[in-house]
Amino acid sequence: MALDQSFVGRSYPPTSPYEVGREKIREFAEAVGDANPVYTDPEAAKALGHADVIAPPTFAFTITFRAAEQVIQDPQLGLDYDRVVHGDQRFAYVRPVRAGDRLTVTSTIETIKSLAGNDIVDIRGEVRDESGEHVVTAWTKLVARAAEEA
Amino acid sequence: MTARIYYADVEVGTELPAQSFPVTRATLVRYAGASGDFNPIHWNEKFATEVGLPDVIAHGMFTMAEAVRVVTDWVGDPGAVVEYGVRFTRPVVVPNDETGALIEVSGKIAVKLDDNRVRVDLTAMSAGQKVLGMSRAVVRLA
Repeated sequence: MALDQSFVGRSYPPTSPYEVGREKIREFAEAVGDANPVYTDPEAAKALGHADVIAPPTFAFTITFRAAEQVIQDPQLGLDYDRVVHGDQRFAYVRPVRAGDRLTVTSTIETIKSLAGNDIVDIRGEVRDESGEHVVTAWTKLVARAAEEA
Repeated sequence: MTARIYYADVEVGTELPAQSFPVTRATLVRYAGASGDFNPIHWNEKFATEVGLPDVIAHGMFTMAEAVRVVTDWVGDPGAVVEYGVRFTRPVVVPNDETGALIEVSGKIAVKLDDNRVRVDLTAMSAGQKVLGMSRAVVRLA
């Protein structure tokens, strides 16, 4: 069944702050096999003009996806989570995420579409640091695949 | 931010050094822990096949993370990436052996933008199939 269009434009309350740790960035960089020292060595990061080690570009998703769960699990919206797949992902960075950041995410439903029985929801996550500075915006497209005919 | 590639030195069509990234089941377990995405389709073969997948598949976000390395390794400073987006078109299937799968990524300059920015279009393949669509990064050069 098509989702309720009245949810378009709805924003959810900002998440509680996520504190970005140097060791978490190291763990993530190692998990994707990336040896760039800017992720692990504060001096290497400073040599490139950063205040501390920075996180790989897709690290922000680990924070924004948790925030998007507010939308996915909103019982009023009624997305069938067991049938949800990740369709698209996009980021626009004001600056890289860095160690020491305390980040909050505000999620907004941008669009809701139904195509061939699939429900497609676009969620925008605005990530801000402790001072309110905008760090990155993440757009996540989720597709709840149509239930198969019995 | 200090990119080590100069805007003046690149033109539309300039190719970035291509790279291949191996992915095994162990890689996926490690990525699950680092990212917090413990969906069993990325580590449990029985679960994956029950929901209609051919086998365990890599996290789309893992593939996205590998693909942009062609850009960040080339430019030197990952902080120079100002936009990055992909469409997840096909899963990377990861067999339960020591070889696993290979993600092969190439990229080239598609557009020269203002403010020393360029758009790089990436192609990511695994097992002969394109696994990402519309994979584009905008990066600010020196």
